[in-house]
Order: sequence, then C-alpha cells, then structure tokens
Amino acid sequence: MAEAVMGRKVIRGQKPPSRWAQFKATMGAWGFMGPATVLVLVFFFLPVVILFVISLTDLSSSNFSDPLTFVGLNNYVRLFRDRFFPKILGNTFFYVAVTLSCFNVGMALLLALLTTHINRRAGFFFRLIWLLPRITPSVIYILMWRRISHQPPFGLINQLLAPFGVEPQYWLFEQPWLFVILVNGFVGASFGLILFSSAIEAIPRDLITAAKVDGASTWQSIRDIVLPMIRWPLLFVTTYQTLSLLTSFEYILLLTEGGPGLYTTEVWALTAYKRALKTYFGHNQWGYGAAWGFVLVIIGIAMSIIYLRVFRFNELVQEPKIDVL
Amino acid sequence: MTTATFESGSQSGVKRFLGRTLPYVLLVLSISPIVLGYAWLIIATFSYRTEGLFPIDAAGNIGGWTLSNWSFLTDPAIWRVTLNSFVLAVGMVIGVGFVSSMAAYSLSRMNFAGRKGFLSLTLLLHAFPSVTLLIAIFFVLNFLSKIPAIGAWFGYNTLGGVALVMISLDLPLGIWLMKGFFDNLSWDMERAALIDGASRFRVWWEIIIPLIKPGLAALAIFNFLSGWSAFLIPFTFTVGSKVANLPVYMRQMISDTAPTNWNMIAAVGMFQLIPVLIFFIFTQEMLLSVYAGGSKGGT
Repeated sequence: MAEAVMGRKVIRGQKPPSRWAQFKATMGAWGFMGPATVLVLVFFFLPVVILFVISLTDLSSSNFSDPLTFVGLNNYVRLFRDRFFPKILGNTFFYVAVTLSCFNVGMALLLALLTTHINRRAGFFFRLIWLLPRITPSVIYILMWRRISHQPPFGLINQLLAPFGVEPQYWLFEQPWLFVILVNGFVGASFGLILFSSAIEAIPRDLITAAKVDGASTWQSIRDIVLPMIRWPLLFVTTYQTLSLLTSFEYILLLTEGGPGLYTTEVWALTAYKRALKTYFGHNQWGYGAAWGFVLVIIGIAMSIIYLRVFRFNELVQEPKIDVL
Repeated sequence: MTTATFESGSQSGVKRFLGRTLPYVLLVLSISPIVLGYAWLIIATFSYRTEGLFPIDAAGNIGGWTLSNWSFLTDPAIWRVTLNSFVLAVGMVIGVGFVSSMAAYSLSRMNFAGRKGFLSLTLLLHAFPSVTLLIAIFFVLNFLSKIPAIGAWFGYNTLGGVALVMISLDLPLGIWLMKGFFDNLSWDMERAALIDGASRFRVWWEIIIPLIKPGLAALAIFNFLSGWSAFLIPFTFTVGSKVANLPVYMRQMISDTAPTNWNMIAAVGMFQLIPVLIFFIFTQEMLLSVYAGGSKGGT
C-alpha cells in the first residue's frame, strides 16, 4: 500500500506535503467531522459500553440512587433460566422466519415481478401504494389495523367476510400472530420491493425476449434468468431484514404489547425494552433488561460486520478527488 | 422447441386475457388492506361512529356525517403537541442536514487520518440496529440532565434530548446519503476556489452546499417525516403531556381507561397525516429512492 502511494507520487512528480501541512489538513478535516464524531461517540459508543456495564449489575428502580452492585453474569444466567425464555425464543424465531419469508422477501419478490411485468406507470403506482405503510406514522398505521381486526360490529374483516358465512370474531384476539405478521410484513415488504424491482428493471430486455423466442415459459424465464440476475439484492435484503426484524418491536408494542395473555406475541427485543423501560408496575429492572438487550447488540455488531465483508462495502470507500492542499 | 414456439405464438384469447389481467387482479388484492385502512380512517373522521366501513348515526342507521370529531382543534393541548411535533421535525431537518453534510463533505473530499475508519464505521452503524441501544441511551440522557444549563434543554424528558437522540441515530444514514451526492459532484469549481485561496469552510458553505440542494432537500423531507411521525423515542424518553408529540398524544388517547372515542382519534390521525400525505403526493419518486437507499427504520 505504502509503495503504491509512493509510486503515484513519483509519477505525478509532486513533493510529499510537509508533516505540518498534513497535520493542519487533518485537523481541518476533523473540524468538519467534529459534530458527527461527538454525537456518534455519545449516542452509539458510550451506550454500548453502558449497556454492557449495566447488564453486569442489579440496577433497578428500587436501588437507583445506591452505588452500583456488580453481580457478574447473574443476569445472563437468570435470562436463560427465565420461565418464559423458551416461549420468547420460540416466538422470536417464528416471528422473524415467517415475516421474512412471507413478506419481506417472498411478497416483495412476487410484487416486484408483478409490477415490472405490467405497464410501467401502473407498476410505479402499485409500488407507491406499498410504500404508504412505511411512511404512515406508526400510531395511525396500527390504529387502522386495530379497526380492521376489531370485534363485531366494528371490525372491517367481519363485515367483509359476513357474506361468505364466516363467524364474526375479535380477530386480533383470536389470531394475534396473524396480525403481528401482517402489520410488520406490510411495512417490511416495500424495502425488498423497491430494491428488487430496480434490479429486475436493470436486466436487459433482450435476454428475456430471447428466452421467450426459444419457447421458455414465464416461470422458466423467472427461474433461469431473473432470479440468478438478482441474487445479490436477494441475499442482501434477506440478511438485512433478518437483523431489522430481530431487533424491531415498535409495531408489536403498539399492536399487542406482547399479549394477549402472557407472552403470546412477546419477542426478544420487546422483552428487553419492557423489562428495562416500560414495566407495568413501574419497577424497571435495568440490569436484567440490559442483559436481554446486550445479546441483541452482540448479534447486531456481528451481523453488521458480516455485511461489511460479504457485501464488500469497503469497495465503496473510494479515494477522495482532491488531495490535501 | 419448434412446437413450443408454435404454442406460444397461438395463445388462445382467454389465456392471453388472463396473462394481461391476472397481475392487476393480484396487485389490487395485495393493496386492499392498505386501501381499506385508509378508507376507514377517512370515513371515521367525518362520521358519528362506524361499523365496518359504514358510518352509523345515533339511531343506528347508515349516515350520520359530522364534523364534531374535529372539535379537538379547539383544545389548546393539541396545539402544544402539534408544536412539539413540528419542533422535533424541524430539529431533525436542521440537525441531520447540517451535521451530516459537513461530515460527508470531508469524507468525500479530504484525505485525513482516520477517514477510511470513519467511513467503514458509518456503514457499520448504518446496518447496526440502533433501537437496541435505547436502554443505555436512557442513562446517557439521565446523565445529561444533571449537567447545568445543558440539562434543562437536552436531558431526559426534554424535547431537545429527544431531538438529539433522533438526530444521532439518523446520522449514519444521513452521512451515507450525502456522501453519495458529494461524490457525484464535479470538483472543478471547488478546486478553482481553493487555489484562489478560499478556506475549506467557505468553499463548503458558498459553493458546495448550493450545488447539492436537491440532495439536501431529499434528506430534509425524509427527516421531516421521521421527526414528525416519531413515536418510539419520544414515548420512551418523555413523561407526561408537556413534551409529548402528536403520536405519543394519540397513543395516550387510545390506551386511556375511559371508553375510547375512535372517531375522534381517527380525526387526530387525519390531522397528523396531512403533511405526510402532502409530501407523499408531491415527492413520490424521491421518496421511493430515499427509502431504498436509506433502508433505515421500521422493519
């Protein structure tokens, strides 16, 4: 690396800048970087450290003002021994796997194929409508779904299914998982949809036309041409959305708060949040909640590093156009 | 093979008709929950109460259109939370716009020690799920509360604190987007100005910023919407109604122990949706591209 830099300098015939000039330029650059650096340190780095330290203590709202008592890895042991641990773990896997396969990737791919197949403007229109759930403020979005799945006589589903002889019921209570997945899936699908459809539109038309001329069916041309050509976006969306689903809980919090009943739709991220910050009786177990949260942070860091390596984000890091003056 | 070609050449009319219309049928079906949800919201806003999609009047017959749900507009409380929402949104626009365009400029144009490190870090943080840090940020804000002068504005349970957290968590996305815009900019003018002896800051402010107005506008709209609609962070770091924003206020209305007035809530929701829908209608293409490049937030 050093040799390459030196080689370039020789070709250009420039004197290497003096140490003082280099230092001054670096300081100037960090002046621009200053605000961002401070905020990133205070709100990303510090929290990771704090979270880890707190997860080793028994800090809770009952001993907030006392000095910290370190309890070692007790919170982590307690986490795995929690009576509801298997339930929460199962819920988390179920939620991530089903939402991801049915909506964030499955539905997104299906919609991308459909919207690129039809008239361009119509396809754009449908993609736009699918963006609405993401852009609608979460509270209003959940309000809509709660009315859709509400008890008779208010619920929209009951009214729509009544002519088909379906027994009216309180859908959100009877089928909480169905709605947790629908609510998150309708938001999540748009991300994959946008990426997939722009990838599909980038495939040369000739390829598909040639296949059609050779007698390939629609299904064959999708399987043998489209899918292989968009495998990178597919892989990216799959891994990226796995992580977002694993750590997101806003919509579940608003829709069911983990209920109805005990831990019916409670996922890992929601458990961490509720234990530490929003307990029913105002007894916040920060230490214990932090242990739940820190496990997710570790997974998050590991997976982000994997993206950096697998998707070669580093290649995007190009040299600046103007050298230090 | 020849037979296959022959077959696809002589598709029957019914089959071709199906091939044309089936995608539309599927797509219309797929958006039906979204359309239904919005339809209910609009109908409920202007009706006494609703059963399914039908407005119902006091006697139980279909009808009963009313504007009474909008009476919340005369309540001073709603204007305070609206102002809070607006301040948060504008704070996001200015904060993220300013900080990230400065950082992105230097990442795109200057060569300094730590540049590559910071750039990979930005990418890493962009992928990192920041909601997992909320528990620890609670302690950061609590600590900020104890600092005199700063605490009153940026501590726990202040609008400034919420804004600061939201700005910071959005920075990786902002820096990344802005760097893309800077990278695409020709640097001739900039180089000329630098050679003429202008300072870096002057070049940034007087030459570069005007050139990337479209990029800044895109980022501003994105941030305005996320500040305006923010629920989780204000909900977590504020207590009581003094610093609540619109979504938190709505949530309080929904989970009140008193019987919920759904139609009034729908009206508040419609009120909150006005700026969102305006941006949605007038900046569609830009939103589609930012949400694809952005990929942050929600699921």
